Amino acid sequence: MNTPVLNSGDTAWMLISTALVIFMIPGLAMFYGGLTRSKNILGTMMHSFIAMGVILLQWVAFGYSLAFTDGGSWVGGFDAIFLRGIGPDSLHGSIPTFVFIAFQGAFACITPALISGAIAERVRFRSYVLFILLWSTFVYDPVCHWVWQNHGFLFKQGVIDFAGGIVVHLTSGISALIACLLLGRRADLDKGIIPHNVVFVVLGTGILWFGWFGFNAGSALASNGLASLALLNTFVGPAAGLCTWITLEKLILKKPSTLGAATGAIAGLATVTPAAGSVMPVEAMLLAALTTVVCYFFVSHKSRLNVDDSLDAFGVHGIAGILGPIGCGLFASYGYNSIFHHQSMSALNGTSQLLLQIKAVAVVAVYSAVVTAILVLALRKFTGFRVSREQEEQGLDLSLHGERAYN
Amino acid sequence: MKKIEAIIRPHMLDAVRKALGDRISGMSITEIKGFGRQRGHSEVYRGNEYRIDFVPKIRMDIICKDGDVDALIQILMDSARTGKVGDGKIFVYDVAQAVRVRTGERGADVI
Repeated sequence: MNTPVLNSGDTAWMLISTALVIFMIPGLAMFYGGLTRSKNILGTMMHSFIAMGVILLQWVAFGYSLAFTDGGSWVGGFDAIFLRGIGPDSLHGSIPTFVFIAFQGAFACITPALISGAIAERVRFRSYVLFILLWSTFVYDPVCHWVWQNHGFLFKQGVIDFAGGIVVHLTSGISALIACLLLGRRADLDKGIIPHNVVFVVLGTGILWFGWFGFNAGSALASNGLASLALLNTFVGPAAGLCTWITLEKLILKKPSTLGAATGAIAGLATVTPAAGSVMPVEAMLLAALTTVVCYFFVSHKSRLNVDDSLDAFGVHGIAGILGPIGCGLFASYGYNSIFHHQSMSALNGTSQLLLQIKAVAVVAVYSAVVTAILVLALRKFTGFRVSREQEEQGLDLSLHGERAYN
Repeated sequence: MKKIEAIIRPHMLDAVRKALGDRISGMSITEIKGFGRQRGHSEVYRGNEYRIDFVPKIRMDIICKDGDVDALIQILMDSARTGKVGDGKIFVYDVAQAVRVRTGERGADVI
């Protein structure tokens, strides 16, 4: 091993990427906020925003240590608790460890916030905060270790997850499905609940897309050709998703909708995330388009299922989190696992990689589902997870936060 | 004195106001939602169809002298009409009293 040397170009790009990923959180808040009814927009935006507060503190306190110190195959250790022993001169590859911690901390913040889309408009704030803290500790941090830390058992087996299809979208999407199943439907669901501000949704999508360039291209952890591939894939993937969704709408419903364009773009973004550094742009387009078809038919038929995935956290992120990483196994042609980019593609051979990807998706899905179920049931018993019927009627903004968005 | 209450399509408001010109010395409008024969319409979000019962309309209230009612109704009908279901309705009520707040004047001269 060569002694690591700081590269100022890499460091500059990673500093910017970190800020880009953090900007996705208000983007997500806008995206989700616009989809809810006007009486719940602040409560919904808060679900994303609060993650930027509490999860970042958890990350610095012990989350980073659990995810990224050596430990064992299953979870990291406590060596870097409160970032003990790390200074401005510490390096992670060619960038300062502090930049790596901040970049990964932004991922840790946005992942639990994604779950909030499935349980929107009906959860108690206190319980939600406890939930995301526990979920980060028991789901995100370990899974992050499995897939992205070089002692993690899935990493060692060579699973490809460039920027977090498994670590981010699969964990949050599956957990979203379990959480909304256990929490039950919103009281007014049968009356028909429609988005109160599609403008916010489109704006939020734009911000998310913009931030996603940092999310994916930053996952190269360097300013190089791999980052350029990830950036281009982050362009063509959502473009394919957007066009696929509105084409289906035009064919089936006769009218292409703005909300559909935004949703397709997000489905494409989430799909391309695990593959961004492993497939060529043409394959990224194909993978994003195929996944978007599945998302479309799931989301447009969800009323037949007895679940209230309010803002389609599972319908978009969960499905993309399943199909994206599996698609990687099919399409990977330029293989790198982002975080430690010296895994050469020669190690991959067709079928075995596909089976490995499927196995990783299955293991992480089952683990996320089980832990989420335990957390939700425990919180429901000890603190109550749902707001009262009156509070739900009045809206979270007024009943939980004492304010209204529109005066 | 009579009150003419007209429910019209929102996008016809400017045309109606123009047509009324200075035949009236005042009116008030309210943005309302409701349904009549037009019923509602359906909207589609993420492939799911939602029935919207209440359609946005404008309600205009005009107080006028008894003799002006028929002429005003004719103007409203001519200017608010598109010929399709959903053009609206006009109701006429008797008004018992009118008072100008500033001076305390009463009766038909107030309007």
